Amino acid sequence: MEILVASAVGVLTAAGIYLILRRRSFPVILGLSLISYAVNVFLFATGRLMTNAPAILNKYEEVPYTDPLPQALVLTAIVISFGMTAVVVMIALGAYLSSQDDRINLSDDDAKVGDDA
Amino acid sequence: MNHLVIAPIVLPAIVAPFIIMVLRYHLDLQRIFSVASSLLVLCLTLALAAQAADGTVQVYELGDWPAPFGIVLVLDRLSAMMIVLTSVLALAVVLYAIGTGWDSRGANFHALFQFQIMGILGAFMTGDAFNLFVFFEVLLIASYGLMIHAGGAKRFQAGVQYVVYNLLGSTLFLFALGTIYAVTGTLNMADLAVRVAEMSGEETALLRVGAVMLLLVFAIKAAVLPLHFWLPASYSHAPLPVAALFAIMTKVGAYAILRVYTLIFGPDVAITEGLVGDWLLPAAMVTLVVGAIGVLGSREIGRLVAFGAITSMGTLLISIALFTPAATGAALYYIVHSTLATALMFLIADQVMERQGGAIAALRLMPQSGLLSVMFFIAAIALAGMPPVSGFIGKLLVMDAARDHDLVWWIWAVILLGSLVTIVGLARAGTLIFWKSHGLQATDGTVASDAGDEDLLDGNPTAAPAAAPVLPLVVCFGLMGAIVLLTLFAGPMTRYADATAAQLFTPTAYIETVLGGL
Repeated sequence: MEILVASAVGVLTAAGIYLILRRRSFPVILGLSLISYAVNVFLFATGRLMTNAPAILNKYEEVPYTDPLPQALVLTAIVISFGMTAVVVMIALGAYLSSQDDRINLSDDDAKVGDDA
Repeated sequence: MNHLVIAPIVLPAIVAPFIIMVLRYHLDLQRIFSVASSLLVLCLTLALAAQAADGTVQVYELGDWPAPFGIVLVLDRLSAMMIVLTSVLALAVVLYAIGTGWDSRGANFHALFQFQIMGILGAFMTGDAFNLFVFFEVLLIASYGLMIHAGGAKRFQAGVQYVVYNLLGSTLFLFALGTIYAVTGTLNMADLAVRVAEMSGEETALLRVGAVMLLLVFAIKAAVLPLHFWLPASYSHAPLPVAALFAIMTKVGAYAILRVYTLIFGPDVAITEGLVGDWLLPAAMVTLVVGAIGVLGSREIGRLVAFGAITSMGTLLISIALFTPAATGAALYYIVHSTLATALMFLIADQVMERQGGAIAALRLMPQSGLLSVMFFIAAIALAGMPPVSGFIGKLLVMDAARDHDLVWWIWAVILLGSLVTIVGLARAGTLIFWKSHGLQATDGTVASDAGDEDLLDGNPTAAPAAAPVLPLVVCFGLMGAIVLLTLFAGPMTRYADATAAQLFTPTAYIETVLGGL
């Protein structure tokens, strides 16, 4: 299972970075989503991998349990990254509609003095 | 528990949704509430600073959960200083935005502004690494909205770049936190400090990775070379009053470096020994150099000031990277100074831009400039760190603190040459904007067109613009007054900064207070 989770994180991150380097809004947004999936899986694994164990301590008997804190962290991270994706989609849409161009790197030419916003 | 500690975070957090939901269509009421909230936050932070000035550390346990399990807010001298600085700047910027009508050029300026204040204050006060991430996100989400405030194609494009870059930074932050949590099993900063100090053996490599990633994240926020690319484009395309507020956001990165690498991965911790100092110092020096060259090469005033901000971050981080109490004291003094000076410079740049009538202010002659040119002159002196104002004292303190360091000649050379190049760049800009003879324009009309622009001033640069509003000028003078006060009261201020540095380098009181519940 460790191999599976580790490679999942690795593949998602690699694909995400590749897509972000495309520097066009749609691939970049997909890439950001993939990276945020990767980080969620990674965070989930930081509490050690465990199957079929509840996320609560049992005071009365020795049973295996999963660390609940990473789950709380992942929950927060999911909410934040979801909100962020929505924000970046809206801003990218605004940028595309107002300039008819979905490149996200400002070249020197674009940033030329006097080009009114 | 002293509930005053959380009040500056809660107040904007209540005012912002109130503005958005109730006062949506009433700009005047929005302004009143926004200013009132900023004023109240200023009073609250001043009260907190008075409480923290004697060196006591206050802990606020959210939900009344004891420290390593619940999230805590911690107020010590450093947090107190940073929140006062934030609220002063916030009040200035909100008044300026109202005075120039920037807040009426797009929707929801005041609500976003309050959320931004909330995020910044929270980031300065939290005692929990994950909570630091959350407050970073709060301030970033608000800053995305403010960054594209008033819209426009260029601003949107710069906005996308800014958002994507910061999202990547946030993701890296989560990876770093995950790594650190996996090794130590906690994210409370005080608890982390205890556990990292005890740690030895096999898992230290992973912890080092976590510490390095965390440093990278903060370096992105603080715009350290080579992670500074986002700053010039985003700051110069943002509405300039907003950019003035952003002057404090790079300081959030500097603050986080200072906090984490004195408290958790302190200079005495064997695992990460030399990690920060060795990497950060050269990076900071190169940052200063590149910033100064950027100032020299900028063709628009927004970029000029943005690069000015990078140079001041360079100086600041050199001082932080030395990691001695004296250098940290100097850094704290310089944080206050450079925040005020950068913000003032952005506001003046905005005034220039208003008078030129373009969305991006090129370095070119502008009409009616007496008062403004004096302000530009003083702000330039402050930003470049020339006598007689506080930047000079700050740089002197930094250089004095570097005296015993191995690389002292390098540090001195970089700071001095950086200042020289910066002042040359600023002088060039000032000459182009304020000092060219208006008479030349009348005879051949080529002066203004050498910047290559079409949307010029209708060929009449001497015409005074329609009655300039007074409030923005008052705000600029207020900030200038703050810089002068910082110069006059350099003695008490450095004493406070040194006491703060001493507190940072003896974190036992902090740790004991936070973990006192156990």
